[in-house]
Amino acid sequence: MSVENVNLTIDGRAVQAAVGTNLIEAARLAGIEIPHFCYHPKLAIAGNCRMCLVEVGLPQLGPDRKPVLDAQGQPRVNFGPKLIIACNTTVSEGMVVLTRTPRVIKARRGVMEFLLINHPLDCPICDQAGECRLQELAVDYGQGCSRFVEEKEHKPKRVVLNEKITLDDERCILCSRCIRFMRDVAGQDCLGFVKRGSRSTLASYPGREPATNYDLNIVDLCPVGALTSTDFRFRQRVWFLKETASICPHCATGCNTTIWSREGVVYRQTPRDNAAINQCWMCDYGRLNYKFINDPDRLTAPQLGRQDATWADAIAHVAERLAAVRAAGSKIAGLGSACATTEELFLFAKLFQALESGLLDSVPRTDIADNFLLNADRNPNMRGAQLAGVAANPPGSRIAEIAAGIERGEIKALLVLGEDAVAAGLRAELLAKLDLLVVLDILPGATTDAAHVVLPGVSFAEKGGTFINAKGRVQKINPALAAPGQARPEWEILRNLLAAVSKAWKKPAPDFPSLGKVFAALADETPALKGWTWEDIGSEGRDL
Amino acid sequence: MKVRRPKLTLLDRLYLPQILAGMWRTLKHIPRKKFTRQYPEEKFKLLGKYRGAPTLVRNQAGQVKCVSCQLCEFVCPPKAIRVLPGRRDDSAPAEARIEKEPEDFIIDMTRCIYCGQCEEVCPEQAIFLKQDFAVTGYKRSELEFHKDKLLELGGIHDDPICKWKKK
Repeated sequence: MSVENVNLTIDGRAVQAAVGTNLIEAARLAGIEIPHFCYHPKLAIAGNCRMCLVEVGLPQLGPDRKPVLDAQGQPRVNFGPKLIIACNTTVSEGMVVLTRTPRVIKARRGVMEFLLINHPLDCPICDQAGECRLQELAVDYGQGCSRFVEEKEHKPKRVVLNEKITLDDERCILCSRCIRFMRDVAGQDCLGFVKRGSRSTLASYPGREPATNYDLNIVDLCPVGALTSTDFRFRQRVWFLKETASICPHCATGCNTTIWSREGVVYRQTPRDNAAINQCWMCDYGRLNYKFINDPDRLTAPQLGRQDATWADAIAHVAERLAAVRAAGSKIAGLGSACATTEELFLFAKLFQALESGLLDSVPRTDIADNFLLNADRNPNMRGAQLAGVAANPPGSRIAEIAAGIERGEIKALLVLGEDAVAAGLRAELLAKLDLLVVLDILPGATTDAAHVVLPGVSFAEKGGTFINAKGRVQKINPALAAPGQARPEWEILRNLLAAVSKAWKKPAPDFPSLGKVFAALADETPALKGWTWEDIGSEGRDL
Repeated sequence: MKVRRPKLTLLDRLYLPQILAGMWRTLKHIPRKKFTRQYPEEKFKLLGKYRGAPTLVRNQAGQVKCVSCQLCEFVCPPKAIRVLPGRRDDSAPAEARIEKEPEDFIIDMTRCIYCGQCEEVCPEQAIFLKQDFAVTGYKRSELEFHKDKLLELGGIHDDPICKWKKK
């Protein structure tokens, strides 16, 4: 079905927009911003903030339904006596919209004055300050001082909506975005306004507070600081935070996110628009699951038998020991996490090619999926692990084989990339039978405790790479922070290990000076990625 | 290069006239009002506008006025200020419902340039440049002023508005 376009003029600019487009979106096409609070492109239209009032004129039609022309041969346009809200007006042929006339500006000033009557002067302590629509539009349409001499309306502050959200009712401008989101998108009709007039207060239905996995999206939606994330509340002002485009690493959906960090500390994650994946939402499970990045127990130095060592020593030691194991005729197995990037898994597979051993697998992680964003597969990159040839088919089916091999004493060395082998079924007694256990991980655990060599890797927020989601979309993650201590991105560790092993085997060592080069080699050897370059994957990813 | 010595007259070479002239100058000042000060025991009297060390103040109710909005941290040209935002105890009495208070407030006095922008930008009038000009210490860590030290230096500052009382 082809979309029919109509022609209209917005502030003198000719715009072509599809039938059914509202005036805010049509103006956005022309590069004109119509201020609004309650309108959101992904939510139902409420039309209650009245901030998007514009002047709309329609061509006068004659009895033949053709536009009446004036003396200059231009269609005669009749403007309505009143201003019209842009969000709930759709485009029509020949429409003329004026968004910056004195009448419109005066109306917006009036709306702002009413909104600011009861709004508290909380900006110094309000977490929204710096990204607050009310603050921004008060600069454009507010007045220097208030004419309101009466007592301000006081509403409840610090209302605990649920364990994730703290509500400040005084700051609420009653736009109802949160109500519409919970009702229409999250599927739990639990918020509403109580009382009337200036006493209107946002509240949750008694005994039925928001309890979905998507509650924190209403904090992003709130144009003011009324709904605040309890996790982020009062922790840092937003203007200090650095934004890094990333991908949520907690399930196979691969929601696009923004990591907000300052000086090596991650303060929050928010969804990033991607119409093909997550639109503009993300789940609370993924959003709040970032604390491990700043865990004080992070591994920060390579360890050889519990002792801190230098990288050169650790890499040389591993290469030498692997050579010894192979020389003795024993097998080497590998466990590559599907939480690692595709480049890392590719290098991991390459390392095993160099070692002439093919006992590789990934650990499947499945949990309950919901019918929205959260995928049952909690590995962000199982498709990548399969593509790189690390994961067996089905994933995890060779773990028992590896366990049996260790039990029988055939497998004498195990390389673990970002995985808890003990939790995956290789018990500590089994691991104790190995001659060499090398673990690349970021946090200490049962597997690193059993390891002969521990190589500290970095979290998803500290490295670049790609994840391939369940639907086969290749997406990039970007480093937001510096790696802690001596920890290094896993792809660098694996590259150095591969070079050392190749040298020990007297084979030509592939040279990967940058991540882009690793990706190029991966694309070259993978039919599904034939001809791709690192630059081809934009900020919104690319489908396989 | 060779420097020629000035040719001295007999009076010059006698040396005594110069000694006497110097002594006469000294004697002349003995009965006059002295203008040297016993610094550092005796401090200079400064103009009211003098910008000395930045300090944090409390209001008349004894509450910390700073709400850790971090605007001073943002505006500070040498990046001397570091605020660790914190939450105020909810159980405090009604007039203490300020919600936010710095957990720590650090001014690195080795960096501070006494420009006064922090005082200028503060929306809560919580930071003031007082007249302390000689900020010294034996260690660098002594010159890192923390919240307690800054509040001690700042003292009480009457707040005519008491914005938070009306909450």
